[in-house]
Amino acid sequence: MTDRTALSLDQEAPARPSRSLWATAFLRLKRNTLAMISLAVLIFYILAGIIGPEITNHHYAEVYPEFVKVPASLEGYPKSDEIPALAESALARARLDLGQITVDGGTIRVEASSSREIDPRVTRYLDRSDLFANSRIAETSADGQSVVMEADVERLHFYFGTDANGRDLLARTLISVRVSLMIGALATSVALLIGVLYGATAGFVGGRVDNFMMRVVDVLYSLPFIFFVILLVVFFGRNVVLMFIAVGAVEWLDMARIVRGQTLSLKNREFVQAAEALGVRSAGILRRHIIPNTLGPVIIYMTLLIPKVILLESFLSFLGLGVQEPLTSLGVLISEGAKNMRGDAYMLFFPAATLTLLLFALNFLGDGLRDALDPKDR
Amino acid sequence: MLFRQFSAFAAAGAITAALAGPAMAQTYIRGTDGDPETLDQHKTSTVTEANLLRDLYEGLVVYDEKAQIIPGVAESWDISEDGLTYTFNLRDDATWSNGDPVTAEDFVYSLKRIQDPATAAKYASILYPIKNAEAINAGEAEIDTLGVRAVDERTLEITLEQPTPYFVELLQHQTALPVHPASVEEYGADFVQPENMVSNGAYTLESFVPNDKIVLTRSDSFREADQVSIERIEFTPFEDRATCVRRFEAGEVHSCSDVPGEQIPRLRETLGEQLRIAPYLGVYYYGINTKREHLSDPKVRQALSMVIDREFLADEIWSGTMVPAYSWVPPGIGNYTEDAPQLDYAETSMLDREDQAIALMEEAGYGPDNPLQIEISYNTSENHKNTATAIADMWATLGVETTFNVRDASAHYAMLRDDKVHDVARAGWIGDYSDPQNFLFLNESHNTGFNYGNYENPEYDALMDKAAAETDLAARADILAEAEAVFLRDLPQIPLLFYSSRSLVSDKLQGWEDNIQNAHATRWMSIAE
Amino acid sequence: MLSYALKRLLGAVPTLFFIITAAFFLMRVAPGGPFDQERTLEPSVMANLNATFGLDRPLHEQYLMYLGNLARGDMGPSFVYRDFKVHELLGSGLPVSIQLGLSALLLAFIVGATLGCVAALRQNSWVDYLVISVATFGITVPNFVVAPVLALIFAVWLDLLPAGGWQNWSPEHMLLPVVTLALPQVAVVARLIRGAMIEALRSDHVRTARAYGLPTRRIVIYHALRAASLPAVTYLGPAAAALLTGSIVVEQIFGIPGIGRYFVQGALNRDYTLVMGTVIIVAVFVVLFNLLVDLAYAALDPRVCYD
Repeated sequence: MTDRTALSLDQEAPARPSRSLWATAFLRLKRNTLAMISLAVLIFYILAGIIGPEITNHHYAEVYPEFVKVPASLEGYPKSDEIPALAESALARARLDLGQITVDGGTIRVEASSSREIDPRVTRYLDRSDLFANSRIAETSADGQSVVMEADVERLHFYFGTDANGRDLLARTLISVRVSLMIGALATSVALLIGVLYGATAGFVGGRVDNFMMRVVDVLYSLPFIFFVILLVVFFGRNVVLMFIAVGAVEWLDMARIVRGQTLSLKNREFVQAAEALGVRSAGILRRHIIPNTLGPVIIYMTLLIPKVILLESFLSFLGLGVQEPLTSLGVLISEGAKNMRGDAYMLFFPAATLTLLLFALNFLGDGLRDALDPKDR
Repeated sequence: MLFRQFSAFAAAGAITAALAGPAMAQTYIRGTDGDPETLDQHKTSTVTEANLLRDLYEGLVVYDEKAQIIPGVAESWDISEDGLTYTFNLRDDATWSNGDPVTAEDFVYSLKRIQDPATAAKYASILYPIKNAEAINAGEAEIDTLGVRAVDERTLEITLEQPTPYFVELLQHQTALPVHPASVEEYGADFVQPENMVSNGAYTLESFVPNDKIVLTRSDSFREADQVSIERIEFTPFEDRATCVRRFEAGEVHSCSDVPGEQIPRLRETLGEQLRIAPYLGVYYYGINTKREHLSDPKVRQALSMVIDREFLADEIWSGTMVPAYSWVPPGIGNYTEDAPQLDYAETSMLDREDQAIALMEEAGYGPDNPLQIEISYNTSENHKNTATAIADMWATLGVETTFNVRDASAHYAMLRDDKVHDVARAGWIGDYSDPQNFLFLNESHNTGFNYGNYENPEYDALMDKAAAETDLAARADILAEAEAVFLRDLPQIPLLFYSSRSLVSDKLQGWEDNIQNAHATRWMSIAE
Repeated sequence: MLSYALKRLLGAVPTLFFIITAAFFLMRVAPGGPFDQERTLEPSVMANLNATFGLDRPLHEQYLMYLGNLARGDMGPSFVYRDFKVHELLGSGLPVSIQLGLSALLLAFIVGATLGCVAALRQNSWVDYLVISVATFGITVPNFVVAPVLALIFAVWLDLLPAGGWQNWSPEHMLLPVVTLALPQVAVVARLIRGAMIEALRSDHVRTARAYGLPTRRIVIYHALRAASLPAVTYLGPAAAALLTGSIVVEQIFGIPGIGRYFVQGALNRDYTLVMGTVIIVAVFVVLFNLLVDLAYAALDPRVCYD
């Protein structure tokens, strides 16, 4: 989105009265299948981000040491034929001679013996493992040197697989959707707030003040901003909130230009002049008349800014400057996945597909809104 | 195959062509961890620089392919009875690449240059055992008072501050390499530029393009030039380890100096013997800030250490490229005892360790009702992150609530050096020379730069001083072992893992011997057709 | 036009001054210094280093010294690349970055414009949707994923291209990095051109041309495309800035000796002078590109006129 295309756009937008503009815009948006699908996808993401982490079967920070980097699967872990081997490895540290291991439905029977008397606490090795629960000594021989242990097998489901620490990727992807959307929304809100206030003030006051304020924007435009973002993140730690504010503080320039252009043309419209004649104070006019009428282009711009911010965050994650553990973001997950893509492609696939779909939806929704709000296109 | 045709027209030296064309067959494309900060041996500090300088220069002593000390420019040496005076006899066929002979005076010049405060040498401290070196470097003594003297053109005498059994080992370090005095005088700091550099090693510098490559060519004036097989080396920096792996698999580089941990399982299968994992002289540890009230009790520190499943870290988090550490000094180190001390629960099962640890925590007053809160600080890295996450999970057994604080390397180490505001901080140490002192000195109370545990124990310091004054190697080893035992009892820093070096070495490249110093001079290698 | 350009360039001086000042003090606020590494240095050694680089002086003095040296065209020595001066590092990296950036820009505009035209001419058909979907895909996949995937396919599996490394103007070394860099830009350009083209095709003069029975190709190239390229040209400025960001990733993954990496390395190593140098170079480029865009705008659109 550039300043000039935006300008051409906002010069057109106010051509009709606002209410009917919104009504027709919505009607037109409804006719745009792609945009409506995108809207549905976006709503799904927002819901997934808000509710998802609460309803998944695993917590995003829970570590399953037995299941480090297991691939995505619809079947539960452990797979039936792996259960004996896993029981063996769980008991490996107990230093027992393991006899026959049988799996019967949801329970496992392990025969074990040792040259010494077996400590009954030994079942804790099984319990400690996340696969087995409620383990108990079923039989003990007279000399105490051989036992039969039983335990319930708990199947765990990792639909997206697990990461390098053995954490469920589905849960992590959901929490990352929440974090990434939050980053996008927060940064965009900061940009919106600064940009709208700045642009509206410059456009409304006009004259020298306007000139000066726009000069400042021009100066800021020349800053290599991505570099400043990196510097800020490097210097002030990985504080998530600070990161959004930094990004938002970077991205308000376009917004300010759009809103200023819009305000300039609104200023001379009858309803604003009428309000002035009635003695409404400037702040009131800004709040009641100018800002609400700039909303159209601002909303379009927002739908395009959010993906930009999410991508910027993923770039920072690639540099190792992303969100802090145990939280995570799509960028962090993708950057971890990219490192693991040769051996464990699922670690890249799911977060990347999640991001791609989200960005597709945001882009198409932005396009749809633009078409809907642009009165020339009918 | 369109692009193969382009390469035929492209300038000579295209890497693909270099590996395929017979004319360039003896070019060794060597992947490194990154660019050197400098090629000035007196300003260096990194491993990459060590490997480069090892090929460019020859010191008094050098490492052979197994990293054993062998004579270099010095063909023999004598050590005085009191262990304070070393006399080196230099070869008469050692020459600089411009034809000048390498003389004792050159070494005197070089050793003085590194201690000169004006040189601002980062690693001057490694040669502080030389008499007056520390005072000179701090600007408190004249440069001429340094304990180095050229008896005649071929005899060099070095006097030490106090007996230092590992002194000869120090002399293979890149900081002890000679510079060509006339060039330094003529070009100043620019003597390292390819057009100015005069070196005395197996190779000379041809070009240096940052972030691209450093080219070395075989030196004809090297005394054993006829035994050096590889004619040309291209040191290629790889900040992104995965890039080196890809280029290795594409047949574009002969060796990689590091391999990303997450690719190890796959590479083990696909590359087999070409993936080299060898013990390395280094320890990966967590410094526990003993000045913090909740961490001042040794019981708490022992409990924290006990519940860490080091086998899990080594095998799962580090893909089997690290070794569980139950002591501070890595195994295989020189000048140490056979049965070095280790943590007494090294052989205990995890379950018993957990029970013991929970009991210890209760004694110290922590439990489910009064959980201990700990912040782990680490510097940005995938592996450090995964390690910290795994350890936090293990500590959760003790009811410990863990948070993380990630900084980039500069900020992390500046904090550890100056502010020391950490609870628990990740750090690592790679030995400069094979001697336990090089690890144990990290915990001396006056060593504020490294003492991340804020450890202050007069008993430990006294043992270290006692060891420093002892000239008998066996007795000294016992004292050092005693010091380590004290350390492991108090545990101001928790050893977690011992490092391994991980390299990719093409089967075309011969003579690369895995060794504990991970030192591989190109002069010992050759490339099979 | 010339006087306008001069005025703009003069106007850039305070901008640059502001950038230099901000960057200088931001760098110094950061915790840690250029000599804080895994290996802590002895205090005496640290003192020697600080004295050598003038870091022991008061900050304002260092700032004035830096400005003074800069005015004489000296960007100072690099703290981390101790054998080089900053201008030497940037001098060797810049030509590479420019080669890479210009090639990517060119590719993005050619491919993007073609796709955009095709989509616009078949507006709302499946061709349109396909083109726009494919183009959008380019923006949605981060380049640090695209780059290794391309290297894997074309270098490791198919063995057609080198997996990394650099030679000036060697097509086989440039292809993968340039494609990676251009991909997201293709998407943006294609969408911009499509939108503008649709508008242009509806405009009166194109309708008139159609009414006269001129061939479609002629109408598209001579009439519509000219008008439609305006927003794309406007995009040049932001695109150039975006390429710089992208090049950090591409340089690292393909091992290319450009200047993008210096910034990240410099920032992480607290190589104050190197970061300053990179920031200045990039700022100058952004200013120049924005000027260029405005001039191109005037050339393409007769309604715009700068005096």
